[in-house]
Amino acid sequence: MQEKISRRHFLQVTGSVSLATLVSGCGAFGVGGQGTSGGSTTITVWDIRTGNDQTIIKDQTAAFNSQHSGMRVVIEFFQNDPYKQKLQVAMGAKHPPDIFFGWGGGILKSYVDAGDVYDMTGALNTDSSWKNRYLPSVMTGVTFNGKIYGVPNSGAQPVVFLYNKDLFAKYHLTPPATWNDLLQTVGQLKQNGVLPIALGGGSKWPYLMYEEYLVDRVGGPSAFDAVVANQPNSWSNPAFIKANSMIQQLVSAGAFGTNFASVVYDTGQASALLYTGKAAMHLMGVWEFNAIQSNSPDFISSGKLGWFPFPTVEGGTGDPKNLAGNLCNFYSIASASKAPQTSLTYLKEAVLSDDEVSKFINNGEVPPVQGIESKLSGAPHGDWLLFIYHSILQAPHYQLSWDQALPAQPAQALLTNLDQLFLSQISPPQFSANMNQTLGS
Amino acid sequence: MSAIPKRRQQRANWTAVVWTAPALAFFAVFALVPLLVAIYLSFLRWDGISQASWVGLKNWATLFSDPVTSHAIVLSIEIMVLSWILETPFALLLGVFLAGPQRYRSLLGIFYFVPLLFSTVAIGITWVSLLDPNFGLIDILLKSIGASTLAQGWLGNPNLAFYVVTCVIAWQFIPFHTLLYLAGARQIPHELYEAARIDGAGVLRKFFSITLPQLRYTIVTSSVLILTGALTYFDLIWVMTQGGPGFATRILPVQMYISAFQNQQVGYGSMLAVLLAAAGIVLSLVLLRVTGFTKMASQLEGL
Repeated sequence: MQEKISRRHFLQVTGSVSLATLVSGCGAFGVGGQGTSGGSTTITVWDIRTGNDQTIIKDQTAAFNSQHSGMRVVIEFFQNDPYKQKLQVAMGAKHPPDIFFGWGGGILKSYVDAGDVYDMTGALNTDSSWKNRYLPSVMTGVTFNGKIYGVPNSGAQPVVFLYNKDLFAKYHLTPPATWNDLLQTVGQLKQNGVLPIALGGGSKWPYLMYEEYLVDRVGGPSAFDAVVANQPNSWSNPAFIKANSMIQQLVSAGAFGTNFASVVYDTGQASALLYTGKAAMHLMGVWEFNAIQSNSPDFISSGKLGWFPFPTVEGGTGDPKNLAGNLCNFYSIASASKAPQTSLTYLKEAVLSDDEVSKFINNGEVPPVQGIESKLSGAPHGDWLLFIYHSILQAPHYQLSWDQALPAQPAQALLTNLDQLFLSQISPPQFSANMNQTLGS
Repeated sequence: MSAIPKRRQQRANWTAVVWTAPALAFFAVFALVPLLVAIYLSFLRWDGISQASWVGLKNWATLFSDPVTSHAIVLSIEIMVLSWILETPFALLLGVFLAGPQRYRSLLGIFYFVPLLFSTVAIGITWVSLLDPNFGLIDILLKSIGASTLAQGWLGNPNLAFYVVTCVIAWQFIPFHTLLYLAGARQIPHELYEAARIDGAGVLRKFFSITLPQLRYTIVTSSVLILTGALTYFDLIWVMTQGGPGFATRILPVQMYISAFQNQQVGYGSMLAVLLAAAGIVLSLVLLRVTGFTKMASQLEGL
């Protein structure tokens, strides 16, 4: 018969095993990252783009690798939302890629403040042809305290209204130019049993677009600038309260239907509402054009797709030409990178080079670089591309999406409060009070 | 004390220790050490990328003053109770049904087990598509049978989202518990049923007097798994609603994830993680004690 193991024995064994693993684990925190190997430097790039964009980037990188025998660039692609957490963990563990993809704004600033991003100002200033390649309005997203921490790597993505021309023609409607026009259009569409505006509320971030534009139209950029500068009670600015009341007015007018909070953008359900003819309008970033192009090209080729800028608001102080959306995407270099010079060379030569710009334009995107008007007008869907390009050139202010402009915690709180606002669970003053609590954190 | 010589005793002890060492090492590395690290992190204020600062018990002190966390705790308790109420009756009845010797029952069993085979993320994404108010199958079916007033936005309705998600969780895990009850029911000796049949017992009487009492330990095992599982379940809720709409489905594990990774408050999130782990351990210990599971009394006396 077996003797039962004594408690002392058991604890002895468990304790020594734990101690052993703890000690060996501490020693295993090696430094990863790339370095030189056999005379060639390898750098890693993290990106999230898919489809044609991914193919273009891979081709450019392969061409760069073959032109530079001493350098090797390896790109890894991830999915959008998991990528954000993955990057955060990699930065915290001081084990980041050499070059990483981002949206600029407050999130990038938090990495800059932690000393994790390489300062590119010097490199850009020494090569003015490189620095002047980019449109200044998008560089605001990566410039903090006068220093530049990234370069654009993709098309500019402002938010505009897309609409179904056939539905509008059927009910004798024209694209609304003012807020009152929009309310009237919504009313008429609703009377005829058409869902006026598609909204992917289940994903929450589509709510941001209405908030960003309305606050800007009502009170100009200064309202949100005060929030970014962490001024106390800046969320109580009357522009926010008015904009939020207008949002709730739009919701109760039935503009989004009753089920908008269940429609998820990321699985394509919101986009489908527009191109299957169920909804008449959709406020979304210009990438939506490419999404419709992939899912239902007939919708575009048969001329059903139209576009117009966000309406003006009567009595508002914001410039009607102001834009909101994603400035563009950026590549930044991690300060832990062992090969910053190689990274800089890659960014200068392979990212948004003339060749890559032409390919992006043919893919329906508008890279924020100077002097591409002729290329744009000659490209397929040139009218759409020129509309975007002129909007960016003429915009006195281009507001970065708030969930990227704000640091992580207020951004998360903003999304939750917008969710409750659209569902009429909280009032505009309550929204401002809740958001004020996130300031200064 | 037995009559085994001391040397053989010692060798027997060490043999047992050597065999359990690998499993112990695994448990220590992946469960014990992270728990200790989480306890340490809960005393810090850290955003994950800059320097951490020691704040002692400050995170713990805010535990009940934060309304979102209190609401998350309430929701977690609700999901535990609701999961048990939804899963146990169905799994028990299905398990006992499938335990019968007829051929068609095992064929049906194959269909019932299908949800067990899918990855949680796949289940979440598929159900989100099914529940879409415009293009999803559920609402289209409801409209086609004339029940269009029932068709609505399921996951976007703050009053319904929680219950819809709980139902999907139940759908995912009923097959697993059916397996447990199936195994438990197969072990019940036939003599008991024969004796009951001779005494003239009907189906219901046999079920309540023989099947249920004999399944006692299976019920306890399954309940412990359901309750601790529902307490700590994260994946499906995150994929389906991310804690929304508003705070409707922000149970404690979701609140922990949002705090630690999206709000960049790793210290606060670690505190919630330690709370969850402690709650799970206490819960299972209490359940096992209260139900007499640990006494391991035999159920086959007299046979």
